[in-house]
Amino acid sequence: MAQVLILAQHLDGELATSTGELLAAAALIGEPAAVIVVDDGDGSALADKLGALGAHAVYVASSAKASATLVTPQVAALHAAVTTASPIAIILGNDTDSREIAARLAVRADGALQHDVVGIDASGGSLVVTQHAFGGSYTVRSVAARGIPIISLRPNSVEGTAPAATGTVTPIDISADTAPTATITGRHEKTEATERPSLQTADIVVSGGRGLGSREKFTLVEQLADSLGAAVGASRAAVDAGYVEHTMQVGQTGVTVSPNLYIAVGISGAIQHRAGMQNSKTIIAINKDADSPIFDVADFGVVGDLFTVVPQLIEAVKARKG
Amino acid sequence: MKIAVLVKEVPDTWGDRRIDPSTTRVDRSGDLVIDEINEKAVEVALLTKESHSGSEVTVVTMGPPSALAVIRKALAMGADNGIHITDDGLVGSDAVQTSAALAAALDGRGFDLIIAGNESTDGRSGAVPAMLAERLGFAQLTFMRTLDVGSDTVSGERLTATGHLDVTAPLPALVSVTEQIAEARFPSFKGIMSAKKKKVDALSIADLGLAGSDTGGAHSWSVVEQVTERPARQGGTIIKDDGTAGTQVAEFLITAKLI
Repeated sequence: MAQVLILAQHLDGELATSTGELLAAAALIGEPAAVIVVDDGDGSALADKLGALGAHAVYVASSAKASATLVTPQVAALHAAVTTASPIAIILGNDTDSREIAARLAVRADGALQHDVVGIDASGGSLVVTQHAFGGSYTVRSVAARGIPIISLRPNSVEGTAPAATGTVTPIDISADTAPTATITGRHEKTEATERPSLQTADIVVSGGRGLGSREKFTLVEQLADSLGAAVGASRAAVDAGYVEHTMQVGQTGVTVSPNLYIAVGISGAIQHRAGMQNSKTIIAINKDADSPIFDVADFGVVGDLFTVVPQLIEAVKARKG
Repeated sequence: MKIAVLVKEVPDTWGDRRIDPSTTRVDRSGDLVIDEINEKAVEVALLTKESHSGSEVTVVTMGPPSALAVIRKALAMGADNGIHITDDGLVGSDAVQTSAALAAALDGRGFDLIIAGNESTDGRSGAVPAMLAERLGFAQLTFMRTLDVGSDTVSGERLTATGHLDVTAPLPALVSVTEQIAEARFPSFKGIMSAKKKKVDALSIADLGLAGSDTGGAHSWSVVEQVTERPARQGGTIIKDDGTAGTQVAEFLITAKLI
């Protein structure tokens, strides 16, 4: 069976949480195989993990300083693996690095870039991908007309897992890669070991807006989120006001979310915010201004003072959960 | 320093944005504006010019004749000249094709720094800057929330999903910026008047030396088969807080089996 390559991203010996889903997606199309780039060693420890997640073959590129080099080693490794394996599709994650690696690979390996894919359908003999446009206002089905499909997959788009496989290592050589590149001189990222779920994949998201009034008072949003086991988001206004980090911004120029439950607290719901959350299954809005556009998309809305409504809600949730 | 800034004409995010199901392309009949992130990219280019004497800022776009307006906007802010890639044969280009046309227009002009927005508000792929770095053989320094341009290096903070990375690269480099990078200046009256006299080169497929068999929607790598509009969301129950609203929200969540 023809292979489908995935790029397995990793840090400190741990595979990215999306890796299993990428291999499950690859299994929908062909035989899953993974590509990894390591600083040194033969990659066998990661290959074992990839095999357990469904990778039949693991193509390992070893390159000194790979982890301190921005995206170019992964582009070179995927390109080399394409030459070796002649895959019928390539699937990457939807993080910034993976998206840019996919973009460069599409140029280098003559591929068709299909970004931010939310569904893969290989049942009809051709590979059709589903994407959302304009904040989920449109569903778009696309095919690769020329070249290899290169897909960046949004998290939580493909269900299930691939059956465990051998994860047989094949070394690949990227020493000839001379692409000018940027050097990473420092990492300032929160590890995934925080107690809150990630914004992109959370089942429940609680977002706060300018109505919170200050960085200190924004903790009310965090308290509500923690009572529900939810991720914390924010409107652009709250980010611009300095209440929270930009990584928490939901909307047109931030993260797009579609959880089962989205609770908007003190958010007026400008069209750019709605573009990032209007596909949530159930939307609750709490805001003092009855004319706020957020109420147009809310399944249940409260016009009132969030500083009295939210504490009462937290108490009721805690009572329910015992 | 020779600086190029990439700009794009997009549907205004403050209005209803539509895709025409019959052509599967963005409906351009509504209000079209320079993408907000591009104004910030222009600002960064102008700040860099101001701190490196003898610099020149060239604004580059690919788009229909109407897109000249977004070049003029950037010229009014203070850019020096423009390149407008425009040809009916380019209509419907995907990111791979767009990056090829931009590379053909920019290659060999001696640019030290190319600055783009991290992603447009219409396509949102964020792919074109990375593709352009790949095609031009420039170091790629993208999704930057801060930027420090030296005489032969550029460095700053790259935004990621969980924080940021410190990154640095030699010139020539291709940079993309995120919305935290700077607040764009407003064009002055004098800027608006002088923008009308600044030189803008129009480049066609033939001028760029591209093969007609590679350009436009008929030869795209990725092709849209079908576009479906989601039904509009129906508004639900809205209550005014009578002192029990928090409890009522909890009851709604329990009834809906959400908690």
